[in-house]
Amino acid sequence: MQAIADKQGVKRYLVDVTVNGDDYSVVVKANTLLVNLLRDEIDLTGTKKGCELGDCGSCTVLLDGKPVDACLVLALEADGCDVITIEGVAQHGELDKLQRSFADNAAIQCGYCTPGMILSAKALLTRNPKPTEPEVRAAISGNLCRCTGYVNIVKAVMAAASGEVTA
Amino acid sequence: MYLPDFDYYAPESLAEATALLVELGPAAKPLAGGTDILVKMKNGLASPSALVSLKNLTELRDIRWEPGRGLVIGALATHNQIRDSEVVQQHFLSISQAAHQLANNQIRNRGTIGGNLVNAIPSADLPPILIALGASVTMVGPDGARTVPLESFFTGPSCCVIEPEGEILTEIVIPEQDTTGSTYIKFGLRKSGALAVVGVATAVTMDGDVIRKARICLGAVYKVPVLAEEAAKVIEGKTWSDELLEQAGRTAVGCCLPISDIRGSDEYRRDLVRVFTRRALKRAITQGHV
Ligand SMILES: Cc1cc2nc3c(=O)[nH]c(=O)nc-3n(C[C@H](O)[C@H](O)[C@H](O)COP(=O)(O)OP(=O)(O)OC[C@H]3O[C@@H](n4cnc5c(N)ncnc54)[C@H](O)[C@@H]3O)c2cc1C
Ligand code: FES
Ligand code: FES
Repeated sequence: MQAIADKQGVKRYLVDVTVNGDDYSVVVKANTLLVNLLRDEIDLTGTKKGCELGDCGSCTVLLDGKPVDACLVLALEADGCDVITIEGVAQHGELDKLQRSFADNAAIQCGYCTPGMILSAKALLTRNPKPTEPEVRAAISGNLCRCTGYVNIVKAVMAAASGEVTA
Repeated sequence: MYLPDFDYYAPESLAEATALLVELGPAAKPLAGGTDILVKMKNGLASPSALVSLKNLTELRDIRWEPGRGLVIGALATHNQIRDSEVVQQHFLSISQAAHQLANNQIRNRGTIGGNLVNAIPSADLPPILIALGASVTMVGPDGARTVPLESFFTGPSCCVIEPEGEILTEIVIPEQDTTGSTYIKFGLRKSGALAVVGVATAVTMDGDVIRKARICLGAVYKVPVLAEEAAKVIEGKTWSDELLEQAGRTAVGCCLPISDIRGSDEYRRDLVRVFTRRALKRAITQGHV
């Protein structure tokens, strides 16, 4: 990968990434994390930072369709990849059925974990449209919620999967 | 939390990657999934001068069965890839199950088997089952390739035989074998995202009710994953019974030297080794590769 050094010798690199269907070319330092590229460079602040060590999942985004912690991925590692953030879940101003279901089932309290929860659940339902409750719990195992106690979150994902929600 | 400064390279081939690592010297490190090294860098425990990303070495992500050789897993295969692989499930479901018990879903989508081995923490989840099944690992460096049995790969906590100057782990081979059952049992403080307090893997070759051969590997209770050879000797050649397996469990306790830390006391870990050795043997004996 080509580096561009400035007068101080600081190296920068060009990263090309598709976020929520839009193509971006951004110049970053090697130590820029994907979560900071999204929040600070592209102004998509729906992706949250909690522990920043891979424990809490509040920074979850879909990288080529798979949930990953954006706090543990270098922006440069996402070069050429397709990223979906919480901002890309609603389509044409319409909430996704998962988002509607979270609201309907009171699966949100402070809301800090919600973007990550929705993306983990979204990846699950794309792969497995009719999951069992243990499968839902396994899919959100990397997303901590300090408020809800998870019961309503699991209920919301199950309801979205069973078509009880009309988006 | 910010990362210290470093240079970044993404070579297109294995030869280019090893040459680059030699040129940059031991302060440069390979980058696979980043789930260990980036955490260390954030915590100030590592500050490599450069990270050499292995992401373009797509041939190292392959998982395949080679007749006469066995199950070949590329070093860059992720934990979820291993868990979901039909080839892995068909031959050694126990490896798929061990991968499923590691970390959480997001980490499993990034973390690789190679990173798990080279990182070399005693509580890592993949080494015990791989050692129990007699796996070997291949490394490629400036002087060519070499293969070592995984049981002699680890040299201490966070230490392994890989040469810091230019060696890259390329593949893990689980040989074609006559074992009839294997399993890995992990005890963590939570089901997800928690390191093992104790992990026990077993592999057995049964002949009816007689245990022909057994391998028991203990994780998180010694400076490296350790084979409980004495415990295997207690049961080999004998007809299995619950009492015999309990005896193996007691013997396994003598094969480890656990520490006390926030996850559990040494005494607690010893007792877990006894119980889990017994249970893991029974599972491998009665249920096959699970
Ligand atoms: C929240 C969290 C929970 C976790 N839980 C667990 C758990 O339950 N069980 C467990 O075992 N682990 C766990 N881990 C640790 C980690 O996810 C795994 O060890 C993972 O497999 C590391 O792989 P990686 O590809 O991310 O490694 P990296 O971080 O990319 O690399 C780790 C080290 O190995 C070197 N390296 C990587 N690949 C190669 C190669 N092919 N050749 C030479 N050197 C190489 C790197 O230079 C680096 O020094 C956890 C981590 C986090 C953040
Ligand atoms: S902020 Fe990324 S996992 Fe917690
Ligand atoms: S709603 Fe507050 S952390 Fe989940």
